[in-house]
Amino acid sequence: MEVVIQQLVNGLFLGSIYALLALGYTMVYGIIKLINFAHGEIYMLGGFMGYFFINKLSLGFFPALILSMAGAAVIGVVIEFLAYRPLRKSTRIAALITAIGVSFLLQNGMIYWLGPEKKSFPQAIEFKNYQLGFIQISNIQVLILIISIVLMIALQLIVKKTKMGKAMRAVSVDADAAQLMGINVNRTISFTFALGSALAAAAGMLIGLYYNSIDPMMGVVPGLKSFVAAVLGGIGIIPGAALGGFVIGLLETITIALGFSDYKDAVVYALLIIILLIRPAGILGKNIKEKV
Amino acid sequence: MKKFSFLFASLFLLAACGPAAGGGASGGGNKVEGDTIKIGMNMELSGDVSAYGNAEKEGITLAVEEINEAGGVLGKKLELIEKDNKSENGEATSVAANLTAKDKVVAVVGPATSGATKATIPNMTKAAVPVITPSGTDDSITVVNDKVQEYIFRACFQDTFQGVILANFAQDNLKAKNVVIIGDNSSDYAIGLTKSFKDTFKGKIAKEETFTAGDKDFQAILTKIKDLDYDAIYIPGYYAEAGLIIKQAREMGIDKPILGADGFGDEKLVEIAGAKNVSEVYYTGHFSEKAPATDKVTPFVEAFKKKYDKQPSAFNALGYDSVYMLKQAMEDKDSADSKDITAGLASLKDFVGVTGKMTMDKDHNPEKSAVVLGLTEGKETSADAVNP
Repeated sequence: MEVVIQQLVNGLFLGSIYALLALGYTMVYGIIKLINFAHGEIYMLGGFMGYFFINKLSLGFFPALILSMAGAAVIGVVIEFLAYRPLRKSTRIAALITAIGVSFLLQNGMIYWLGPEKKSFPQAIEFKNYQLGFIQISNIQVLILIISIVLMIALQLIVKKTKMGKAMRAVSVDADAAQLMGINVNRTISFTFALGSALAAAAGMLIGLYYNSIDPMMGVVPGLKSFVAAVLGGIGIIPGAALGGFVIGLLETITIALGFSDYKDAVVYALLIIILLIRPAGILGKNIKEKV
Repeated sequence: MKKFSFLFASLFLLAACGPAAGGGASGGGNKVEGDTIKIGMNMELSGDVSAYGNAEKEGITLAVEEINEAGGVLGKKLELIEKDNKSENGEATSVAANLTAKDKVVAVVGPATSGATKATIPNMTKAAVPVITPSGTDDSITVVNDKVQEYIFRACFQDTFQGVILANFAQDNLKAKNVVIIGDNSSDYAIGLTKSFKDTFKGKIAKEETFTAGDKDFQAILTKIKDLDYDAIYIPGYYAEAGLIIKQAREMGIDKPILGADGFGDEKLVEIAGAKNVSEVYYTGHFSEKAPATDKVTPFVEAFKKKYDKQPSAFNALGYDSVYMLKQAMEDKDSADSKDITAGLASLKDFVGVTGKMTMDKDHNPEKSAVVLGLTEGKETSADAVNP
């Protein structure tokens, strides 16, 4: 029993990283119906920016975190401006393929620039272990969970309570109508990319700190899995992405705990297929009938 | 026009095959011509893995110089013909063809890596010239489909042999009765290591867990094994994942000894795991000054330092041994013709090198002792020579 609870705790931490990443996917999809496959690479860039801020500028973890979130926000906006905006009126498949192209460009650019090998992330926060009853938690795990939850709540507040959030919701419902109502659609979309990218960078830095290793290909698998998480929770729905992330993290941990570690990725994708078959809109999604 | 180019191409091919095929027909292999014994070097001197190739070149050059200063072999000086295979399998293949057909070498040292060595097998076999790879550890280099490759030898131990060494080390040095295996399930290297460990280890395997290359989170696996009864953890795999497992295990409070093979032998292991977590970690290495396998080590280290002004590495030592193995084979057979060197290498017995005392087994793998290096807080603090 104790082992089971410890495993659930492990799954929770893994899940919070997927959740942070899934938020970016879900927001971008929600607003312009684009699956931003370069999102995993923003996460990778976030890890590398944190690495340089801490190593070269000798910043502490939190200033480095804020700087790399800001840096990733800028990169996200630039990518949107250069790669996606010119294609906004084209078919959705064109934008999707561009996203995949951007993702490869970032991976290979980083490999070309820094080499393919793993780098060890500076251990900016001293590792400590806590024993809560029979459950063992480290300060870094707690940090991951707290930062993830704080960022998710902050995001929810921005979307629900601010003027920009209102604009985002309006654009996601009908971009043309929003424009007619005086909303600057381009600025709103840029803002969405900035928000999503900042969250991805935070996830990248937290993972770097947690595993102490970053490399240019680190975004590929988590990127795909958090995309699955976003679809699972209901793509376009913010709480759904968070929920999906935690579900995927738990599912993976449980699969390993049951002794099927070789199949952990397969289980995640099998779940995606099942969800798409029985509830195509995702766990929190509603089936909306489209008017013809 | 098309016909002509085809004709030219086939002529060219024929010309390229000619010398090698001719050599094969006249009894096989190259014979010594002139007053030097020509030895080829097919090494990764540039490209991705040039670090290995250049290190081995240093050892090889030193050995050749020493032998020539001492009067050569069978009254003739060795002549080393160096060629760069650019860390590319295709290039290694053509270097092999060049060395055997054009330069008429009687034996070749290299390539350093398993893939490139395998790529040269057809050419070397066709030319009937023996080759020693100093550091290709893949089992299938010397034996393919249960068939021993006649002209292919190595100076290092093979992958599965390390499993045997580690199983013996766990039993005899760590006194382990129960062992947990956390193995990479995605590489032939790790699968071979796991199998040979299990075949040799007499104690119990308390639990066997697998992961795939690229995995980062091992919390779930480690939580499963944490409260089991075992004496050591065996991790057949490379440093990237092993480093993460060591880090996460130590942070979780698992302080049992951790064993691994030469895939641990990279400074990145300590970087990723964090130096303070890397204690009670043991892995097999090919050579260590701290545990001299034979009394040749000290003179070798001194000569090496004098020539290159640095400490020799395992790759330096393996390159060095490869040349002396050829010398021994020539002296045993009192001939420096390829065919006789091949026979000499195949029957090499009690050869004393710097990486151990070796006897060639029937599969062309040297049976020798291995060094198990121990790390404490990321530093090498122990080295034990372990016999198979």
